[in-house]
Amino acid sequence: MSKNLFEQIGGEPAVNVAVDIFYRKVLSDDRISHFFDDVDMERQAAKQKAFLTMALGGPNKYSGADMRRGHAHLVARGLNDSHFDAVMENLAATLQELNVPPALIAQAAAICEGTRNDVLGK
Amino acid sequence: MASITFEGNSYRCEEGQSVLDVLLAHGVAAPHSCRSGSCQSCMMRVETGELPESSQAGIKETLRVQGYFLPCICRPGDDLTIVRPDTDTMRLEATVSHVTALSDHVVCVGLSSQTPISYRPGQFINLFKDDATARSYSLASVPDMDGELRLHVRRFANGQVSTWIHEALRPGDRVQLSPPAGDCFYLPGQAEQPLLLIGTGTGLAPLYGIARDALAQGHRGPIHLYHGSREPAGLYLVERLQELAQQYANFRYFPCLSGSEVPDGFLPGRALDLALSHAPELSGWRIYLCGNPDMVKLARKRVFLAGASMREIHSDAFTHQAA
Ligand SMILES: Cc1cc2nc3c(=O)[nH]c(=O)nc-3n(C[C@H](O)[C@H](O)[C@H](O)COP(=O)(O)OP(=O)(O)OC[C@H]3O[C@@H](n4cnc5c(N)ncnc54)[C@H](O)[C@@H]3O)c2cc1C
Ligand code: HEM
Repeated sequence: MSKNLFEQIGGEPAVNVAVDIFYRKVLSDDRISHFFDDVDMERQAAKQKAFLTMALGGPNKYSGADMRRGHAHLVARGLNDSHFDAVMENLAATLQELNVPPALIAQAAAICEGTRNDVLGK
Repeated sequence: MASITFEGNSYRCEEGQSVLDVLLAHGVAAPHSCRSGSCQSCMMRVETGELPESSQAGIKETLRVQGYFLPCICRPGDDLTIVRPDTDTMRLEATVSHVTALSDHVVCVGLSSQTPISYRPGQFINLFKDDATARSYSLASVPDMDGELRLHVRRFANGQVSTWIHEALRPGDRVQLSPPAGDCFYLPGQAEQPLLLIGTGTGLAPLYGIARDALAQGHRGPIHLYHGSREPAGLYLVERLQELAQQYANFRYFPCLSGSEVPDGFLPGRALDLALSHAPELSGWRIYLCGNPDMVKLARKRVFLAGASMREIHSDAFTHQAA
């Protein structure tokens, strides 16, 4: 059987490296940083890891309903498609920086796309 | 089959069950969220038994060496005795050896104890004024050098515990403490790594412990200590730290004043701003941030954005309850 995306990228160790890079980009991105500002940074980093693991098709236990519930308070604060696109951009840039091949980046983007309606509560 | 001992009860851990599964199955109110080793909300500490290495994945080194692990991804091969991460339930007894002024509103409290208290400089204890009232104070002492615990306590007008310490505590008094806790301390192993220490007010206490501990353990990389206050009276141990900088070529001390009065020998500005202007690129650095909670929160973000890795950022915010 061929390896899945998460394994091809390097599994958990690769995600640990990606978290710092990704989270730094998100916090520096004026379009979305305000969603992350008032959350405890260390907890937030753990959540970024959950996000990346999921986006890369790794083992996770989140259902669509969990995603809906987990982001509902952000939707109430105005979370919309433009913010979602910004997160996707930062994810792609992070993976590029880690020299992940474009075909795999496209796979990660497709996984995220699949959560869009749940995340945005549509 | 491994057994798990927790708060006086022992539970059998069936094949494939995680420690968290076992606790929840027996009705233990254990905090948890992702159940996949990501969110760390279920973190506990092992007292006896060997942990599978994978159960400490993602936990930062300073906590890992103390036995912290994630019950949700821990499938033990060995019997374990585990405890919740807080230490409030345990008490130690110590005798006040001296209360010495360090400045107009900071005293150094020396505490000695019959049974040696093991700690790492920079950790904190909770000092009990009475059974119901305790406050956290950081350990500025280094076990091998000082032979007693030392605290730096700033006095707050109407502060219940700090006023008691300043006004009522006398040599010979016996006091109760919680065992040392916290993960803001020096770990040997990367002797060449540059260290950046930023503190405001009595945030110097843990940093003073950490810096001297690092030097004593032979740290060779640069150690830069920024101590900030608004007024000159807010800085203390200035001469002692200047001496230390004379003594060790890799140790540098920057006393910073953000108010309008800045005598010779002090830097004008806030400690965090000055530190970042001297070292704008912090990838590869290890960072320690202590003191004012707003400063610590802002500093965590700014040093991270300046390139420091999340796991290299250690901090203690001196949070306090509003009146
Ligand atoms: C991990 C940790 C480590 C700490 N280490 C130290 C240390 O090494 N040295 C030290 O002096 N303190 C330290 N503190 C702070 C200390 O625990 C107490 O909060 C402080 O001594 C005030 O307690 P109190 O009982 O005197 O005041 P309280 O009776 O709790 O408060 C009285 C009044 O003072 C105000 N107040 C209290 N603290 C502050 C503050 N920091 N800034 C502004 N206003 C305040 C309160 O809002 C209130 O109005 C630490 C705190 C934490 C969480
Ligand atoms: C690409 C699709 C997305 C996925 C798969 C995703 C996934 C996740 C996951 C798994 C968590 C952790 C939940 C938990 O354990 O509590 C989380 C939390 C969070 N997400 Fe997302 N997310 C996505 C998009 C976004 C977007 C677009 C934003 C905002 C711009 C965002 C902001 C947050 C915040 C702020 C939290 C923390 C919530 C809190 O703790 O209060 N997410 N996300």
